[in-house]
Amino acid sequence: MQHAISISRLSKVYDSGLAALQEVDLDIHNGEILALLGPNGAGKTTLISIVCGIVNATNGKVSVQGHDIISEFRAARELIGLVPQELHVETFETVWDTVSYSRGLFGKKPKPELIEQLLRDLTLWDKKDNKILELSGGMKRRVMIAKALAHEPKILFLDEPTAGVDVELRKDMWQLVRRLREEGGVTIILTTHYIEEAEEIADRVGVINKGRLILVEEKNELMRKLGKKQLTLELNDVLESLPEALGRYDLDLENGGERLVYRYDTQAERTGIGSLLADLNRAGISIKDLDTEQSSLEDIFVTLVEETR
Amino acid sequence: MNFEAVKAIYIFEMARMRRTLLQSVVSPVLSTSLYFIVFGAAIGSRIEEINGVPYGSFIVPGLMMLTLLQNSISNASFGIYFPKFVGTIYEVLSAPISFLEIVLGYVGAAATKSLILGTIILATAHLFVPIEIRHPFWMLFFLVATAVTFSLFGFIIGIWADNFEKLQLIPLLVVTPLVFLGGSFYSIEMLPEFWQKVTLANPVLYLISGFRWSFYETSDVSVTVSIAMISLFLALCLGLVWWIFKTGYRLKV
Repeated sequence: MQHAISISRLSKVYDSGLAALQEVDLDIHNGEILALLGPNGAGKTTLISIVCGIVNATNGKVSVQGHDIISEFRAARELIGLVPQELHVETFETVWDTVSYSRGLFGKKPKPELIEQLLRDLTLWDKKDNKILELSGGMKRRVMIAKALAHEPKILFLDEPTAGVDVELRKDMWQLVRRLREEGGVTIILTTHYIEEAEEIADRVGVINKGRLILVEEKNELMRKLGKKQLTLELNDVLESLPEALGRYDLDLENGGERLVYRYDTQAERTGIGSLLADLNRAGISIKDLDTEQSSLEDIFVTLVEETR
Repeated sequence: MNFEAVKAIYIFEMARMRRTLLQSVVSPVLSTSLYFIVFGAAIGSRIEEINGVPYGSFIVPGLMMLTLLQNSISNASFGIYFPKFVGTIYEVLSAPISFLEIVLGYVGAAATKSLILGTIILATAHLFVPIEIRHPFWMLFFLVATAVTFSLFGFIIGIWADNFEKLQLIPLLVVTPLVFLGGSFYSIEMLPEFWQKVTLANPVLYLISGFRWSFYETSDVSVTVSIAMISLFLALCLGLVWWIFKTGYRLKV
């Protein structure tokens, strides 16, 4: 099966000696939303920049819908739209002109109706004749998205698309991303610091740290595999210390002895909840309330990154 | 060939000229008029003719070259430096366009602006002095070749420069002196013999001399040498630009 993007043994060493990427292998499926997570300097932007032709790779191969990004750069780049992390915009141009320019740059004939639709979708229509310097930061971010979509790409890179934007714009962007995938079959790769963003919209999650791709996994599968659950038991009476009979459980006594927290692995054959409750009963500890909570993608991410330190 | 992309860059760059019409057109016209007042009227009244050409008419090709060189370099260098400075160069680098198409767009627009200016200067000069163009084809050749070559040179400076100071450095410290000392306002025959020989090392002399020949059939050096020199400089600039895109010098890391 042909992948939207196929990356093989990709490495990048900058002149300063910094190894930004090390032997990265990654296949991105057609029509998926892939979130690349990683701390600052992990190599996310370098990876995107190489695929888009902005940075030269030191080693490795990248193909876009089977087109090599070097020998068939035209065919490869035509398919890609990029929204970079920084707000790079032509300050003195109007919104309409700068978006139309982007379409032309990608070799597409003018299509005013498409530009109009894009600007309307991104609530930029009433600003179409405004110079970009007159726009707010959020509006500029929308212009960047319109520019990236002006040539109707099949693959869209969003590098930290919601960094520093307000909640409303973030929600709008998530909606747009979903619509692009559902209506246009666009493959979307986004890098983000916001785990909730990946949790909200991604199909798969890739974690990069120190230039290495630590894992790529279906989001739900990842959460199922690595996710831990915790059971919180609110006690009727304060417990001074844990009875010896409960010593075999991973238990913590919290909130001045009013709360027992039990952590367990969702993948384990037995969660131990049944026996714990029986043992509590046997020890004469009565329960007022209980609650379960699954660890978030953020917890998983932090654990993974810490493991590779 | 990605014609749409070349057109997009070209139109985008030309739009900048429209936006800064006062600075782009009025300023060179004003300075040319001042040159005519100072050199043509004040000094020209004391120099009657050079090689049979009235002094006021004699300096027209030199003045056109001065404007052409300065504007070609500044237009092209700023055209490519600005996207680098504000970061919008990412879009050009990630677009499906070859180096040749990028150069065609940027250098084509810069050269067009210079040609428009050259024509305006010629028209302005015509208001002050009588002008005769004996070889219109060669006049056009020198005009276009110089605009293209020096726009390419400006493009190289724009890529090389990593701050605004560097952007101004070569035009101010190298090009302007070369133009002034390249026979814009005089024939090198008017110089002492030693300085005549030194001036022969100035490449701009060949451009001005050839250009002036196309007007009045009078030149400091052979017109064939002038054509060879501009062709050589064009080839050098093309080679450098090709190398820049091949290596990604100052564009890609």
